[in-house]
Amino acid sequence: MLSYLNRSLYCNPSFPLAIIQNPQSTCTSSQISNAAMVMDTLGNAPAQKPRWGELEEEDDGSDYDFLLPPKQVIGPDEHGLKKVIEYKFNDEGNRVKITTTTRVRKLANARLSKRAVERRSWAKFGDAVHEDVGARLTMVSTEEIIFERPRAPGTKAEDSNASGDPLAQMSKGGAVLMVCRTCGKKGDHWTSKCPYKDLAQPSETFVENPNPSDLPATGASGATKGGAYVPPTMRAGAVRPTAGADMRRRNDENSVRVNNLSEDTREPDLLELFRPFGSVSRVYVAMDQKTGTSRGFGFVNFVRREDGERAIAKLNGYGYDNLILSVEWAAPRAN
Amino acid sequence: MRPILMKGHERPLTFLKYNRDGDLLFSCAKDHTPTVWFADNGERLGTYRGHNGAVWCCDVSRDSTRLITGSADQSAKLWDVQTGTPLFTFNFDSPARAVDFSVGDKLSVITTDPFMGLSSAIHVKRIAADPDDQIGESVLVLKGPQGRINRAVWGPLNRTIISAGEDAVVRIWDTETGKLLQENDKDVGHKKTITSLAKSTDASHFLTGSLDKSAKLWDSMSLTLIKTYVTERPVNAVAMSPLLNHVVLGGGQDASSVTTTDHRAGKFEAKFYDKILQEEIGGVKGHFGPINALAFNPDGKSFSSGGEDGYVRLHHFDSDYFKIPSI
Repeated sequence: MLSYLNRSLYCNPSFPLAIIQNPQSTCTSSQISNAAMVMDTLGNAPAQKPRWGELEEEDDGSDYDFLLPPKQVIGPDEHGLKKVIEYKFNDEGNRVKITTTTRVRKLANARLSKRAVERRSWAKFGDAVHEDVGARLTMVSTEEIIFERPRAPGTKAEDSNASGDPLAQMSKGGAVLMVCRTCGKKGDHWTSKCPYKDLAQPSETFVENPNPSDLPATGASGATKGGAYVPPTMRAGAVRPTAGADMRRRNDENSVRVNNLSEDTREPDLLELFRPFGSVSRVYVAMDQKTGTSRGFGFVNFVRREDGERAIAKLNGYGYDNLILSVEWAAPRAN
Repeated sequence: MRPILMKGHERPLTFLKYNRDGDLLFSCAKDHTPTVWFADNGERLGTYRGHNGAVWCCDVSRDSTRLITGSADQSAKLWDVQTGTPLFTFNFDSPARAVDFSVGDKLSVITTDPFMGLSSAIHVKRIAADPDDQIGESVLVLKGPQGRINRAVWGPLNRTIISAGEDAVVRIWDTETGKLLQENDKDVGHKKTITSLAKSTDASHFLTGSLDKSAKLWDSMSLTLIKTYVTERPVNAVAMSPLLNHVVLGGGQDASSVTTTDHRAGKFEAKFYDKILQEEIGGVKGHFGPINALAFNPDGKSFSSGGEDGYVRLHHFDSDYFKIPSI
């Protein structure tokens, strides 16, 4: 063992000693003793070592692969995970350990007839003749696509991670009944996304008034179709101030206005953005009735004022969907 | 399930066809090269080079040795499946569209589009066992339908030819005489262009899909309407499962609704319906553009869809697909 070691150290004086260094151990000047330890523990020194005198003189001194431990393959386990551990010399001559973890996944059983098996060994033709491995014409999808069963309207959607669908993510939060006030159709879309938006009567007040605190904070858009935002206490049919209404009014005093929203920002996006700062009681994005697009601003009501303060401090000037947000306290409404 | 994505075509897909054994998948697209893939892992086997126009349709013989393709370059070509060499070219005076081998692969039906004053026609060609003996003469030429014929297939036992096209009428022709035997009842038939047609495995019934957002199931002998499946989208492609009583429709998006919907990527889906109950039982999303082609593997355990986005998506069903309750 030791003689081999000597050979490797001396055959090329410029040979960086770092190579012998076990990356995990602290190898300093006492290279030889440590290196001996390394070789012993590894015990992987190849049996047929080329004699140093017979080694071809390579100027770059790179052909020392025999010093590396052999490749290790930890076969697919029950999850199909396969690890391949290789050792290489990097450009600086240091030994590096490269671990490649792949998941081997069986997609399906293919039972091939005899002729089909023969066809499997046909030569490639046409444009496929020069197919290189890196062509990547055929790829397994990174997304899991589910066979989606049609849902009865209003039932909770199954976790559809197939599409980054804001509506689907919203209904993940709880059993959200998607009721569109304009066409009265359930389960298909929110009021703001109603295809029949223009038919809605613009009204200053909410006729039906679900308690804003009852609405799930998951962005149920309680916005009016027509014009300005009317606080719940001012709406027709609103219960006169009670403790609950006080809380609501206070919520409205904790209203944060967000300007410079991108065209396709919606309530769930705002909720997702502001939620880290605290409990959000209400989100609203102003929409243009005629075109159905966002007017570029919205409001977020926090339960606690200090959450709103932190939100303003952090998100004012924050880059969101290619636009810089402007976040401030909402100016009191012109009642 | 994890679909396998195959991006071999630069242009929209037009047609997909599995061979009888279910191990090869042939794809045709508006780029001029039909491609063949292995149906289990989606690995590309080869491409058939030779056409100069969009390839609209293809069919493969039962022994998987011959492929016929119909192309907009006014020709239909016969290919050797294994090597990709073109064996014969049938030339026409107008773009060729639908092709179908007969049972036994001795005959083939090729439709041509209306072009420069010529009306659309259905040609029947004899396919010789030895490519050297192949001649280009038609055994039979059928004319009559106004507008483009989008699909023409052989009826049960090759006694009839079934055609469907832009005039929304399904027609059954007699192969011996060439006479028009039946047209479907206009009241119950499609109202707009029929884009696609799929036969059942025994050819006793077939499914037509149309831009009128519905698909209809017909009896092949009597041409009576059996079932109707309604969707919200124009139907571009239809397929019937050979294993279960399922029908799949794939389609696109109305031009008018393009601007008002938001662009959730990958939301074009293939819709599954119960064949008997006519109810929607599921959908498989993923395409970035309208679905133009659908095909079921003959073993019924996988299917593939081709879209306007140029991708072929090959899906192997999970076990829950086979557990969907049905009557």
